Amino acid sequence: MNFSTKMFSLLSAVALTVAFSTGAMAGDVIKIGIAGAHSGDLASYGLPTVKAAELVVKHINEKGGINGSKVELMVEDDVCKPEVATNTATKLVSGGVNVVIGHICSGATKAALPIYNEADVIVMSPSATNPALTQSGDYPNFYRTIASDDAQARTEVDFAVNVLKAKKIAVIHDKGDYGKGLAEFAKLFIEQGAKAEVVLYEGITPGAVDYSAVVQKIKRSRADAIIFGGYHPEASKIITQIRKKKMDTIFISDDGVKDNTFIKVAGKYAEGVYATGPADVSSNPITKQYREEHMKVYGSEPGAFFDNAVAAAIVLTNAIEKAGSTDPKAIAKVLHTQIAETPFGEIMFDEKGDAIGVGFSMYQVKDGKYVQVK
Amino acid sequence: MEYFIELFFSGLTRGSIYALIALGYTMVYGIIGLINFAHGEIYMIGAFTSFIVATVLSILGFPLLAIFVIAALAAAVWSSAYGFTVEKLAYKPLRNAPRLSPLISAIGMSIFLQNYVLLAQTSDFMPFPQLIPEFGFMEPIAGIIGSSDLVILLTTAVVMVILTWLIKFTRIGKAMRATAQDRTMAMLVGINVNHVISVTFIIGSALAAIGGLLIASHVGQINFFIGFIAGIKAFTAAVLGGIGSIPGAVLGSFILGLTEAFATGYVSSDYEDVFAFSLLVLILIFRPSGLLGKATIEKV
Repeated sequence: MNFSTKMFSLLSAVALTVAFSTGAMAGDVIKIGIAGAHSGDLASYGLPTVKAAELVVKHINEKGGINGSKVELMVEDDVCKPEVATNTATKLVSGGVNVVIGHICSGATKAALPIYNEADVIVMSPSATNPALTQSGDYPNFYRTIASDDAQARTEVDFAVNVLKAKKIAVIHDKGDYGKGLAEFAKLFIEQGAKAEVVLYEGITPGAVDYSAVVQKIKRSRADAIIFGGYHPEASKIITQIRKKKMDTIFISDDGVKDNTFIKVAGKYAEGVYATGPADVSSNPITKQYREEHMKVYGSEPGAFFDNAVAAAIVLTNAIEKAGSTDPKAIAKVLHTQIAETPFGEIMFDEKGDAIGVGFSMYQVKDGKYVQVK
Repeated sequence: MEYFIELFFSGLTRGSIYALIALGYTMVYGIIGLINFAHGEIYMIGAFTSFIVATVLSILGFPLLAIFVIAALAAAVWSSAYGFTVEKLAYKPLRNAPRLSPLISAIGMSIFLQNYVLLAQTSDFMPFPQLIPEFGFMEPIAGIIGSSDLVILLTTAVVMVILTWLIKFTRIGKAMRATAQDRTMAMLVGINVNHVISVTFIIGSALAAIGGLLIASHVGQINFFIGFIAGIKAFTAAVLGGIGSIPGAVLGSFILGLTEAFATGYVSSDYEDVFAFSLLVLILIFRPSGLLGKATIEKV
């Protein structure tokens, strides 16, 4: 598509949505766009969202729709590619969507958001975790029902500083995107909090023969706690060497370590280690209901981000119902001010668009198992 | 000062492990001029063999010392068998081929062995039983040097002494030195060169296997990929000390281990490898054949 046709379709999209979004009357159809990867390598991340929305919408339509309007899904594939996502967004906007659930990947979401912003369409992603999407403030129409990447670091730091009262913290990472990213956030949050200090900030080489020199350095820093960003092979080596040196430093890590292999490999040295992981919601009645329905309707266990997608669909339809219209401003007001019952319990959204009440929990190894810390 | 000593021992421990592997590289290079890239994999196979043997023996209720000795022997024998076979299969047929061919063959062997262990065992990390107990008499200084560090240092020292004796004072040692000096001449005076090369591979593999056992017990885990980084580091150490030279490999390993430990301790572990390899580059600029390597004169 060349520039002028792109511009044209964008303009017509804007024109169309302006025409459509000025308040749906009773009896009209409410269109919910579902955008994400529905084919290609990452389809397994996108398809569960389609199924989640279908299940939620089926319930709503059986009850007569939202304020008398039936709900219709518009499913568009973006294969998780930013360059396709802009077309997907344009297609949805020109098709007259009222709200969008998606996109799935952070990159695709970022590419699509300016188009929705232009058209003033509310977008809610069940899975895009890039912190900047909400925190930059560039996308006021964007919401998400998953914790952002830095939420994990936030949980770790809050736990270390407020619950365990650590004063000196060593932040160690494995130099990888995931581990270093988390460690950078952890360092930032500790410094911002000003209740504890970062006494050591180090990257280690994954796969090195041993880590005893780093362990000596941690010992010399007199840290009460270590926050480690990385995966379980390095974590188990470090914790083993720390405990062998008779140090009782608290060890806190992330969901790359919250893995049973870590406990298997580190054995008795794993005891007492803390790690963050997604909160366990399997006992929530809404979660249970939708997981069972999925089993019944599609004959399989739900896939990735299913609970998050159910939450997004419930929250959005609920907001439209309470707002009494599909006007984005009215919907946004409900999202920010009213609590909705979702698979994650009661959630609402902060001013940036992140869900309050969806996040990570702290787990601790006790008797060879990860147990949620209450 | 205490911190310095701690780092010093940490570096020595690392250096000892590098030395056990580097000896295999340097001996093979000294004798047939081949860089045996599959050597890191032999180390990994040694670790896996001792893992299996130690697990079985601890189920049978053997005492720890017996497990340690039997696992070390089994690992040494089994790895030697691999080293021997690899040489016969991958290098011997290429003995008179251009020098690049056995090198490529060695890389191929390395990839093959890695994937073989991956398929035959597992891709997961496995918990390695702690074969070196915490000694009571080490208790007062356990913060500075652990029991397993001590055992690693002692084992390495003993192995070095035996190896030196073997090379200096036995018939096979003499034959090895002769083959290293001039293979054709050695053949002419009646030395069975193929036999000598096999023995070299066997000794090198056994040393690597013992290194594998020691470090696996020290850090408590193994997987199929551990040979790669250990192999690269040991190779670096061998080059640093002068490839082909046995004392050079040991010296290079200790220098590398200590550099890494001090770089981590006083600068940052982010730059551990940067320091290690900068040192290598520096030494090679001023002494292209390594610290103790002999400069070879190409006769035209």
